[in-house]
Amino acid sequence: MNAVTLLTSLVDGLLIGVVYGIAAMGLNLIWGVMRVINLAHGALIALGMFGVYLLFSVLGLNPYAALLLVALLGLLAGVVIYLVAIARVINAPHLSTLLATFAVNMIIIGLATAVFTTTPRDLGFSLGSIRAGPLTLLGTRLVAAAVTLLVTGLLYAFLYRTRAGKYIRAVSNNRSAAELMGIPSSRILALSFGIGTMLAAIAGGLIATFFSFTILSGSVYELKSFIISVLGGLGNPLGALVGGLILGVLEGVLPLAMPNTWVPVIEFLLFILILLIKPSGLLGGKQ
Amino acid sequence: MKHWLQPGFWFALLIVLGLGLWPVFTREASTREVGFTILLAMTMAVSLNIIMGYTGYVSFGHVVFYGLGGYVGMYLIGTWNASLPLAVLGGGAAAAILAFLLGKAILRLRGAYFALATIGVNEAVRTFISNFKPFGGPTGIELQFSVYKPYGGATQALWLTYYAVVGIAAFAVIFSYYLKTSKFGLGLMAIREDEDAAEVLGVATPNIKTLAFVFSALLPGMLGVLFFFKNGNVEPGDAFRLHFSIESLVMIMLGGQGTLLGPIIGALGYQRLRGALLTNNVMIGALPLKDFQLVIAGLLMLLIILFIPAGLVGWLRQRFPRSRRILV
Repeated sequence: MNAVTLLTSLVDGLLIGVVYGIAAMGLNLIWGVMRVINLAHGALIALGMFGVYLLFSVLGLNPYAALLLVALLGLLAGVVIYLVAIARVINAPHLSTLLATFAVNMIIIGLATAVFTTTPRDLGFSLGSIRAGPLTLLGTRLVAAAVTLLVTGLLYAFLYRTRAGKYIRAVSNNRSAAELMGIPSSRILALSFGIGTMLAAIAGGLIATFFSFTILSGSVYELKSFIISVLGGLGNPLGALVGGLILGVLEGVLPLAMPNTWVPVIEFLLFILILLIKPSGLLGGKQ
Repeated sequence: MKHWLQPGFWFALLIVLGLGLWPVFTREASTREVGFTILLAMTMAVSLNIIMGYTGYVSFGHVVFYGLGGYVGMYLIGTWNASLPLAVLGGGAAAAILAFLLGKAILRLRGAYFALATIGVNEAVRTFISNFKPFGGPTGIELQFSVYKPYGGATQALWLTYYAVVGIAAFAVIFSYYLKTSKFGLGLMAIREDEDAAEVLGVATPNIKTLAFVFSALLPGMLGVLFFFKNGNVEPGDAFRLHFSIESLVMIMLGGQGTLLGPIIGALGYQRLRGALLTNNVMIGALPLKDFQLVIAGLLMLLIILFIPAGLVGWLRQRFPRSRRILV
């Protein structure tokens, strides 16, 4: 193992890690605001992948323009899912929301499998590559990382600079107090779920630009999002980005030291250990 | 003694035994397979109900006990030529030991954190076994045809596993009812209602939670051995399929969690519906209805969670208070 391989794996890991991070950020935002673990997250990531794929291969739209459309549709889909499936059980025990979101997952996956089948898809899209010293970087991955950072920045600006963002933070801090202050909490919850879904769709769309996928691929990224959320602290959106980077680096570097198939074992053990030792996450989440 | 005169209990036992003994009289392989699937689902649901319904801890990744039990049993049969009863006991013991070790650690987590941890455990065990050479790594364990010889050939072996499943299902009903009516069960339900209050009132919460987890893991471990023995092979993807344990959760929700009859009726209803959806020839436009099996199951589940969260038995108990005397 020489320095160049190590550096390449590290950079690859960081670039994919931020994209994982944005997927986890969606999960994390939803948990932070309403204490719901969204088990439809993977299905929504997969829909993001298919959205970009269809717009690109059928309508010939540029994948990044398609991504914008997919993000909007994701926002809308999230609001609808919240109103139909979650609003009624938002105050019920955890099991209800877990199962409600899982039911949504079954419905989406069932419909999409019937329509698209489980054949692997590939965008076949390339932006060439850039050489930087000893490194060769794929254009699509660089753009994906840049888009992720942009979206994260926008999310922060939204949460900290706008009135709606302030409402979201208030509801996530203490919903009943926020309601007493006249904040329309049900609308804010729907909006938060929409934003969480939008982030999942964006992550899916970005992943589709450089990996092949099937309708079932989302579940892999959903599990990764769980690991990342726990790493960075459940309910802490910035933590998700850091958690994503950690996971990305682990996935980049660990295969140099052990067979590839052992990497998920290490990841899940880490996940359980952190849950046991510090359930609030490495960076500390919301309690 | 009064508990054992309860008609609801005998009704539950009657469903299981009636369903279980039906194929014994018809001697048809197809009814036996249907019976096998339903009894397997029922026993999984009744077992999971001990930790989820009675104690209030949602074990999402409960399939890990089924998968691990199955693997240990198949390993004992395939590599050590163990007899089936010994392998079944081995599988059950492996699941119980895993539950004991895990229980001490992850039952400290509450609510959604516990649910997430059980998913993590299932994935960790699955990925580990995919790398574990003695268990065949990613390809798993395949049994030689000769292992069925001591049982009088493959056909006889299938009947034998079926009788074993009927026995385990009947035991599950009796055991679950015994737990529910015992002092131990009262402790579990106190934990479900308010764990801190239960502890203050002298319930040794960590110990009895762990014991409940062990009880709920034992039978799935044994069933795993029987299922994969019947199948002839076991692979990581089949053994640790998260969807399988979520189906058990759905069955419990359908029938009513925390009741004895709920998981049994829920499993029966769910499996019948699934069977009907999978084996019909109705078309929706250009696509067969079969393809929408998952969608319909998902819609049904969503409707139940949104509108009758107590499940069928729970709803009847709320709606008709007098029925509480029989519906347990």
